[in-house]
Amino acid sequence: MEAVRSLSAPVPRAKAGPTPLFGAYGIVKRFGSFTANDGVDLEIRAGEIHALLGENGAGKSTLMKILYGLLEPTEGVVTHKGDIVQLPNPEAARQLGIGMVFQHFSLCENLTVAENIALVMPKDLSGRALADRIARLGIDYGLHLEPDRPVWSLSAGERQRIEIVRCLLQDPKLVILDEPTSVLTPGEAEALFTVLERLRQEGRALLYISHRLDEVRRLCVRATILRAGKVVGTCNPREETARSLAAMMVGNAVRAVTPQEGATLGKERLRLDRLALPAPGLHATALRDVSLSVAGGEILGIAGIAGNGQAELFAALSGETRAPDREAVRLDGAPVGALGINARRRLGAGFVPEERNGHAAAPLMSLSENALLSRHPTAPLTRFGLIRPGAARDLARRVIEAFDVRKAGPDPAAGTLSGGNLQKFVVGREILAEPGVLVINQPTWGVDAAAAAHIRQAVIDLAARGAAILVISQDLDELFEIAGSIAVLHDGTLSAAVPSAETTREAVGLLMGGSSDAAPAPAP
Amino acid sequence: MRLDLVPRTRRAPVLDILSPALAFAAAVVIGGVMVAALGVSPADAFVTYFVAPLSEVWSLQEIALKAAPLALIATGLAFCYRANLWNIGAEGHFVVGGLAGGWVGVATHGAAGFTLWVLPAMLVAGALAGAAYALIPAVLKVRLGVSEILTSLMLVYVAQLLLDYMVRGPLRDPAGYNFPQSVGFDAAARLPYLMEGETLHAGVLIAFLAVALAAVVLAHTLFGFEVRVVGASPRAARFAGFSDARLTLSVFAISGGAAGLAGIVEVAGKIGQLQPEISPGYGFTAIIVAFLGRLSPPGILVAALVIALTTIGGEGAQIDLKLPLDLTRAFQGLLLGLVLGADVFARYHVRLVPGGPSGRPAS
Repeated sequence: MEAVRSLSAPVPRAKAGPTPLFGAYGIVKRFGSFTANDGVDLEIRAGEIHALLGENGAGKSTLMKILYGLLEPTEGVVTHKGDIVQLPNPEAARQLGIGMVFQHFSLCENLTVAENIALVMPKDLSGRALADRIARLGIDYGLHLEPDRPVWSLSAGERQRIEIVRCLLQDPKLVILDEPTSVLTPGEAEALFTVLERLRQEGRALLYISHRLDEVRRLCVRATILRAGKVVGTCNPREETARSLAAMMVGNAVRAVTPQEGATLGKERLRLDRLALPAPGLHATALRDVSLSVAGGEILGIAGIAGNGQAELFAALSGETRAPDREAVRLDGAPVGALGINARRRLGAGFVPEERNGHAAAPLMSLSENALLSRHPTAPLTRFGLIRPGAARDLARRVIEAFDVRKAGPDPAAGTLSGGNLQKFVVGREILAEPGVLVINQPTWGVDAAAAAHIRQAVIDLAARGAAILVISQDLDELFEIAGSIAVLHDGTLSAAVPSAETTREAVGLLMGGSSDAAPAPAP
Repeated sequence: MRLDLVPRTRRAPVLDILSPALAFAAAVVIGGVMVAALGVSPADAFVTYFVAPLSEVWSLQEIALKAAPLALIATGLAFCYRANLWNIGAEGHFVVGGLAGGWVGVATHGAAGFTLWVLPAMLVAGALAGAAYALIPAVLKVRLGVSEILTSLMLVYVAQLLLDYMVRGPLRDPAGYNFPQSVGFDAAARLPYLMEGETLHAGVLIAFLAVALAAVVLAHTLFGFEVRVVGASPRAARFAGFSDARLTLSVFAISGGAAGLAGIVEVAGKIGQLQPEISPGYGFTAIIVAFLGRLSPPGILVAALVIALTTIGGEGAQIDLKLPLDLTRAFQGLLLGLVLGADVFARYHVRLVPGGPSGRPAS
């Protein structure tokens, strides 16, 4: 095995400066014929926040999993203080002082904070001793947690604090953070940055993975940039602009989104009138008297932190949940509250749900079958109930060409596409139908910069052709980039929409956090 | 050391055919060991099980006659299983279909004149009764959320006891010396034989046509797409505007209709009258057939023939080699286990990885 052979190879020297705390040299990881990491070198020193940047599919997750012992490299070595170490499993990584805060939390919803922490701690540490340590960490780092609260009642920021506390209880020397701010409000992110800076000052090393270039520029003085599995450069992000960093990641200059120029709004095309829906489940959110109106040519952005009713609002708009009052939802003036999703599609609406895999697309089915999935009511893809496979393939091909979807094979399963490419496919599938109303939930979540720009531009162009567009997004930068006006969804209640030129990120951020006194006042 | 299952990114079509073939070979080898342990020459047993039934005209017909109801029922069940609905009540639908269709046969007994409509009426009655009976657990599930596994299974016993009551009571042949059986059907109420003087009847053709129709529906219609999407990605199916409730009712009706049709085909074909037992467990064996055939109609056709072959071969082995019937059942179970196991190898690379158990992705 390569790993064994490389053991006998001389320990690689640090390229410059002192011996790094952790190093990864010549890391190659292959999955079948696909090379996820191709000769990656990475050095992390004590007392630094090191950024790992790259598009989706650039190999960041693979590298991170190798460092945390979840994957073993095909070739290459990991060193700790200059000595080669083996990381066959996360336990071994933890022994060496490597801790990880995952992007998707691994918490048991029905257990309390303390129980969730105790789950991963040694058995002898429990009860009072553990509660004391949680409390001490809380004071030391400003990571306040109530040990007896059940996790389902906590916000994303609080949940992340549990993950961080779990990690810190093991006194890690290196903390790997995967997209830590993707679910946080601006205020929660600020609190996180304070904690991270504190950890750095204590001499710990942090590996910070993020799409948000502004954060990276603020937190980190060294960044390693991956592209297509290879290191394309290391730099000091503070000496770069967000644009130049993005350009390094995608390999060519990112095209900026052209905003709407003096949009002339048409007549109202989508309207919600005091839509009220009970919560569909224990941990779901009820919608309370949600009203909104989107005119042709307008892009309305709905900001909000995940779990404040976005999924419920999307389902009510799409018809996956019917409204009790048929007048509560109107498409081009017609009451559609009682109609299902296909009837709404036939009236000219299109929908892109948040979850690509399993909601917007069936991952095990081919792209042409996925074209059929949402377009069978509106495109001539069937005749007398029989599928016309040629027509479905043709539609898929047109989406693929118009949206530059990269794929392997002529008609591969949707699940084999990378996140950004599948997102381009499911967005393109709807936009090619020229919908009069498009509702799109988290249009660029977890999508690389180039694909995100492509999707946003397509949405803006669609609005320019007279469609009414509702964008639900947690990404404020995105909303300020494309939306003409912004409303905030908090706990199932929607604030009044204000023109995005007349408000600020801070004002919207406060509303997202639920402070009702911060009306979306026009910026000074 | 631990075993890692890594999904194959691209599935080689040859593996889809090779893996069940290899599983069958492995089952034959293990079966041979079991036979040897019972003191019988494995070579003799192999000939009796797999060669002899294929070398005589009568036994070939018997295989087809056994495979037909299995394929018909399993094809119906495939619609349910593809949609992740666990209907295990096909035995009951089979019995109710046989009873309802047989009732038409009994009621028209001795009718004079134009009787060409009798047989079609029996087949339609059997299919409709099976479908209606299958809709009971479907409606209970859709309306009240009752587990279809329990209700469909329990209704099997209701159906069996209903048939038992009917042939001892209202449908008993008055001139039958109190035997629990109906009158023998008129010729107009029997499925015609395909060849003079042989046992093969038209039910085999009905089963074959139904399987072919199901293959087309599953692969080429929007309804078949709906069934596949609901099973593979329920949320995506809702996004496609497919209704859970409507689909549940549809696939149960299809599965019940197919089993009911199989029931009346058996009654109007092989048996020719109603009696307390009309099924040697076809409805349950068909569950094995459905999964052996990987829930695809062509696969089910092959699987039904294989199971029928081992059943007929097993009867021969019982007579010629004094091997117990349980051995046949054990072999069929073994075959199912191995085929499903081989599927894992077809879908995943299996790698032996040094190190402890796979770590939980928690800090």
